[in-house]
Amino acid sequence: MTSATFSENFQPEQGSWKRYFSFNTDAKVIGIQYIVLAFFYFLIGGLLAMIIRGELITPASDLVDRSVYNGIYTMHGTIMLFLFIFPVLNGLNNLLIPTMIGAPDMAFPRLNAVAFWLVPIFGTLLISSFFVPGGPAYSGWWSFPPVSIQNPIGTFVNGQGLWITAVALSGVSSIMGAINFVTTILRMRAPGMGLFKMPIFCWTALAAQCLQLVGLPALTGGALMLLMDLSFGTSFYRAEGGGDPVLYQHFFWFYSHPAVYVIILPVFGIFSELFPVYSRKPLFGYVYVALASFIIDFLGLIVWVHHIFPSGVAQWMRNFFMFSTMLIAVPTGVKVFAWLGTIWRGKLRLTTPMLFCLGGLFNFVFAGITGIMLATVPIDIHVSNTYFVVGHFHYVIYGAAVMGIFAAIYHWFPKFTGRMPYEGLGKLHFALTFIGANLNFLPMHPLGLMGMPRRVSSYDPEFAFWNVLASLGAFLLGVSIIPFLLNMISSWVRGEKAPANPWNAIGLEWLLPSPPHEDNFGDFVPTVISRPYGYGSGLPLVENQAAYEQALKEN
Amino acid sequence: MALAISVVALVAASWWMGQQAYHWMPVQASTAAPLVDGLFSFETALGTFVFGAVVAVMLWVVVMHRADKYDESDAVPIEGNTRLEVIWTVIPLVVVMAIAVYAMRVNTTLGVLGPMEHIHMADAREEQGGFAGDRLPTEQVEVISRQWSWEFRYPQDHVSSSELHLAVDQPVTLRLVSEDVIHGFFIPAFRLKQDLIPGRAINFNITPTREGRYRLRDSQFSGTWFAANQADVVVESEETYKAWLKNAATQPLQPGLSDAVGQYEARKKLKNPGWATVPPAPPPQVNVPGSNTLPHDA
Ligand code: HEM
Ligand SMILES: [Cu+2]
Repeated sequence: MTSATFSENFQPEQGSWKRYFSFNTDAKVIGIQYIVLAFFYFLIGGLLAMIIRGELITPASDLVDRSVYNGIYTMHGTIMLFLFIFPVLNGLNNLLIPTMIGAPDMAFPRLNAVAFWLVPIFGTLLISSFFVPGGPAYSGWWSFPPVSIQNPIGTFVNGQGLWITAVALSGVSSIMGAINFVTTILRMRAPGMGLFKMPIFCWTALAAQCLQLVGLPALTGGALMLLMDLSFGTSFYRAEGGGDPVLYQHFFWFYSHPAVYVIILPVFGIFSELFPVYSRKPLFGYVYVALASFIIDFLGLIVWVHHIFPSGVAQWMRNFFMFSTMLIAVPTGVKVFAWLGTIWRGKLRLTTPMLFCLGGLFNFVFAGITGIMLATVPIDIHVSNTYFVVGHFHYVIYGAAVMGIFAAIYHWFPKFTGRMPYEGLGKLHFALTFIGANLNFLPMHPLGLMGMPRRVSSYDPEFAFWNVLASLGAFLLGVSIIPFLLNMISSWVRGEKAPANPWNAIGLEWLLPSPPHEDNFGDFVPTVISRPYGYGSGLPLVENQAAYEQALKEN
Repeated sequence: MALAISVVALVAASWWMGQQAYHWMPVQASTAAPLVDGLFSFETALGTFVFGAVVAVMLWVVVMHRADKYDESDAVPIEGNTRLEVIWTVIPLVVVMAIAVYAMRVNTTLGVLGPMEHIHMADAREEQGGFAGDRLPTEQVEVISRQWSWEFRYPQDHVSSSELHLAVDQPVTLRLVSEDVIHGFFIPAFRLKQDLIPGRAINFNITPTREGRYRLRDSQFSGTWFAANQADVVVESEETYKAWLKNAATQPLQPGLSDAVGQYEARKKLKNPGWATVPPAPPPQVNVPGSNTLPHDA
């Protein structure tokens, strides 16, 4: 190995933007494809949310027709989950996993590209259901039968059928992704990177993707039976034919509870990556934090019934699932305390990503407390299917997960685009998001306690006050996305050129030029010699670290 | 010292929030309500304490531990502390298990009060639901939900109504039946909720404890007019209740409350009636049509 070839390998990528529109197999390209496409759908889902909140700013059903409202909230939920949050996380996985573990690419690059291209396909399928006669699916993202198999339009092609097909395809894409991520993490780590030298993001991604592998088959099977009931007259769930509608609820939640961990675990990973960087301290309790992910996995698979306490489950089951749900608070609490331990006595830098992490943690703790309340059967009986639940889960999903995703985007933006994002716009984006999210979602809790059901297009006047606040918050959230888009576009086009390691962070990805070369380290994969997050310890992360840093400087 | 003061302040604030929590709920109108509210108040207090403590730490760090402007150095590398980690695993474990045990007790009490008794637990023959009124046990009220109306039948008294009337402090068994999709029987003032599953009849016991007029809401999404699928529950004294039944029996049958039917008809006349919808079931034939615009207590 001569040092000339060594630094030649570190030529940054100079590709054209056209490759983002092609069947490219480079995980970094696919990652950006996922993220950009996901945000396209985020805007559509957000627009629908604005219509929902516009309808709910007054008690009467006056903005849109009731059937339209039902279609809109169904599509909002479905788009946000299947076309925004899962794809955006897969995008981060694609960017971060190979670069963080020193792999040249994913284990199955073509499978990876196929998994990605399925997203615009089922996305188009899903959105096209707005234009079929009879309108899109209207039975909510849960699509509980019998409502979801009523098919009032009577035709073979209908919104609900398209919905089920799209969700099943999304499952196929996610399984392809999961196989790829799990294999890559387990088989393609740089020499020396034992499991306990892996960055936490890889631990949480591994845990999340294992859940996909266990849970998705249940959802896909359940959805297939739903499609048979809807389109071919079978009676898996149809009571008149001897079926049981509650059976579907078990299939559905057996996947969809774990799905919330598929969403939140990578966000835990992001927090665990970013708090150390911006506090200049190692992650507190690394091993506990890593293992807690798998404890959460295990527990997450045995709690699904907490979503259907009122649907007719036996008392012993209620008690069992209450206990198991509450237990999840323990590994989750371990993580929260570990982050507090990390920032404690740190040297904090309140950059945009750090602000998003702190805000996200704040919201997540709040969501955790309402989550414990929801796990408590007698309280859940009162608030389930009310706005309390909508509030709780938007605190998790917008308040914590989306905030964490924004943090990640600002943090790794320079690495993968080669440009620095603007701090001022970023901070404005943070402030609007934090205030908007709290104003939007906090009022939903009193509404739920007072007994306002979710999914209603009109409501009794006593609920008006809090709904007005929530709607104002929603519109603010809508506005909050403008500085974000401005920032992303303008800094990508003409932002300041990014150095290899602008945040002075420790991690294999920061040993690469910004943006990295197509095959990352190429033939010069470093040998990892210490744990990640060695802030303040002075230990080098890899053998010959100085040579890598030198090579970066020379280019 | 400062720490002790803050902890005391936080405990006081948490206790206060726990008391406030009672006011966030609708009035208590059933035997279940005080139990649920007590538990909720307890969890609110506990939650306030945890949230307050975490946020206090975060704020403290943000204010006190900021890096100086030109300070590029790292902080002291503290990687962990096994003792601390054990403590903050055990404390949450104990706390949540304590909550769970408390909740299980409430659960058991509520179970005695009666939600969730499937008929099939008692008698397999009745699992299918939809039985004729004359085979029901005494003082049972049949609750029938359809897309999108509620009907309440008092088989003994040959009364049918769009309004659920109950005698205060009298336990009653409701027999919940759905004729089409899943509906949710939810009375916020009672803090009780139970889904109505098509193909099953579910026995559901409640005991109202406060006179007044309360809203019954559908809590399981049931299609286009889901939001309008509401009815009133009238809790009155034993005598008033008896008198109401007696009077109701003399009233002729007439179409009961169904907002969906009216809105559906109006919608059909529109040029663009909107997306497809299941036609509403005809309004139930009842002796007492009820109203859903009268002022209600909760
Ligand atoms: C501007 C931001 C948002 C606003 C104002 C908003 C508003 C709402 C409202 C009011 C509902 C309740 C509909 C109902 O149950 O009556 C809802 C449902 C839902 N939202 Fe959002 N939301 C936002 C962002 C998100 C995001 C980012 C996600 C996920 C990534 C998401 C996922 C969902 C889901 C899954 C449902 C449930 C739909 C259903 O009940 O089937 N939302 N949203
Ligand atoms: Cu769950």
